[in-house]
Amino acid sequence: MRFSKSVLYFLILFNFFLSKLALSAGKAIEYPDKNWSFSSIFGTFDKASAQRGFQVYKEVCAGCHGMRLISYRNLAALGYNQDELKAIASQFEITDGPNDDGEFFTRPGRPSDKFASPYPNKKAAIAANGGAYPPDLSLIIKARPNGANYLHALLSGYVEPPKNMKVPEGMYYNKFYSGNLIAMPQPLYEDGIEYLDGTKASPDQMAIDVTTFLAWASEPELEERKQLGITVILFLIVFSILSYFSMRQIWAPIKNKN
Amino acid sequence: MSKPKFKNPVVNWIDYRLPIFTFMNHELNEYPTPKNLNYFWNFGSLAGITLVIMIVTGIVLSMNYTAHIDYAFDSVERIMRDVNHGWLLRYIHMNGASFFFIVVYIHIFRGLYYGSYKAPREILWILGVLILLLMMATAFMGYVLPWGQMSFWGATVITNLFSAIPLVGESIVTWLWGGFSVDNPTLNRFFSLHFVLPFVIVGVVILHLVALHRFGSNNPIGIDVKGKQDTIPFHPYYTIKDLFGLSVFATVFAAAVFFFPNFMGHPDNYIPANPMVTPAHIVPEWYFLPFYAILRAIPDKLGGVLFMFGAIMVLFVLPWLDKSSVRSSQFRPLYKLFFWFLVIDCIALGYLGAMPAEGIYVVLSRLATAYYFFHFLIILPLLPKIESTRPLPVSISTPIITASSNASTVMAMREKK
Repeated sequence: MRFSKSVLYFLILFNFFLSKLALSAGKAIEYPDKNWSFSSIFGTFDKASAQRGFQVYKEVCAGCHGMRLISYRNLAALGYNQDELKAIASQFEITDGPNDDGEFFTRPGRPSDKFASPYPNKKAAIAANGGAYPPDLSLIIKARPNGANYLHALLSGYVEPPKNMKVPEGMYYNKFYSGNLIAMPQPLYEDGIEYLDGTKASPDQMAIDVTTFLAWASEPELEERKQLGITVILFLIVFSILSYFSMRQIWAPIKNKN
Repeated sequence: MSKPKFKNPVVNWIDYRLPIFTFMNHELNEYPTPKNLNYFWNFGSLAGITLVIMIVTGIVLSMNYTAHIDYAFDSVERIMRDVNHGWLLRYIHMNGASFFFIVVYIHIFRGLYYGSYKAPREILWILGVLILLLMMATAFMGYVLPWGQMSFWGATVITNLFSAIPLVGESIVTWLWGGFSVDNPTLNRFFSLHFVLPFVIVGVVILHLVALHRFGSNNPIGIDVKGKQDTIPFHPYYTIKDLFGLSVFATVFAAAVFFFPNFMGHPDNYIPANPMVTPAHIVPEWYFLPFYAILRAIPDKLGGVLFMFGAIMVLFVLPWLDKSSVRSSQFRPLYKLFFWFLVIDCIALGYLGAMPAEGIYVVLSRLATAYYFFHFLIILPLLPKIESTRPLPVSISTPIITASSNASTVMAMREKK
């Protein structure tokens, strides 16, 4: 069984190699680790935080960033009831059509609508933002390495640039952005919005809340996935133990002969 | 033809006309298997089961997928968000690809360690390498389907490799693409091929099994089965052992699917493909990294492509490169050492494939690439000339002979070879 031992070493090495790989994707900039409620294997979303995060998105981010994969009805997962969803959706104007006259028209949103886009199309978004496309936020947490920590850091990373650095017109200095120059101006300011639940809207609180909301938007299945995962793993562990002892019993005559 | 073999008369009636039950009984039930197989022999059946998992989840995914550049990304997101348990199907399929390669790589290295490729199992081995090649093609095309940034740019980089072929290279690339860049026709044909190739793999797997059952499994001490005392029926001994192996494998697999589903993926693939924006680093999936490192190690494009394919091709002729008649490394002290050097070399290549092609990484990639071929082309053919192998046991049932025991039986064994 010497081979088994060597294989153990091999697996340890392999594991090291994989974790190394994961790190190499993360790059040099380190983001503060915020210990998100959703990151552990039993993790769930903090719904109150996600609801506040939706408010931050709606009142701050949505001016430039769309979330084309999310429907208003999906917000039910954050704890809104049907009437609230209808009320939320109806705040937005949705372009629909063509109608029987061949015309496009606007109407109030319905829960089944996808989030209203701030721009009619991608070109318009680029034109309105000086050539930089504000990325869609539906998947943003999954689309960045260490996404939740990255986004939180980015939103909190607007500091004075170093003295010798010239920040070009239309660009802003951010210590957590790759290359440090970002086309997005600082979005979150002290009391920039007024939270419906009365929570103090500090920039860090808003950054945490909107990150929680966007993490939910990226992985709406997360809670169901982790809960099902625990059941499945427990079942498989029991099944492994049972099959191990069945194997021992079946093999007993063969092993005893040797 | 006569006496009924099965208790059930219907089974007997059918079996008399279509001997499928006799066949199954012979190949899955009484099939004589060496009794000393260790857990590394579990990985063949695990690979087969993973293939079935991939095909089943893949077929259901395809019912909800749209192979069009404008809809592919969103159709995958629809599976993730709106299809009932679609996220589970997709994460099983996505991680299943990685686990398929983990299982198959262990299976291959097991074959290397125990000399399973040697006579009379050369064709068995060659069919296995063919399966690996088909898997690579299938996995590559599957990765393109979600039409994220890495899908698009990976497809662009890999298909561009063919342009290295002299004279006709450019035309071949245009032909592969169905146009002048990776575009909708490319996505469509990749989807079609990604759907059909797994069934080709099933076909080759069946041939792999036919070749396996001709001489039966190799075993950890690598000597031939000498008689009935060396074997046990496949069922129930190896069915239960495979079941136990499967349950442990499934536990690890489930942990990845449910808790770390995107660990082995790349975040950029959650950004829709954009031909106007090139990602900072284009990296293939982890299971291609050693080959990617070899590709980049060679300073010439055509050379890189040839060496990359050569890394697989060399496996096809492996049975004739390793001239030692002793199969298992347990009795080959030098080969065992070089085996572990090769394992380390392959891991190093994988690591280097993930690093940017600059500075020290380039030098190290070249050394690791050179060593890979040195192992197969120089070390293996020369090794039998200098290696003194340990004495082989007389049979699987006879206890392993120690160095102090009677040498004459060993000599007798040697002469027989």
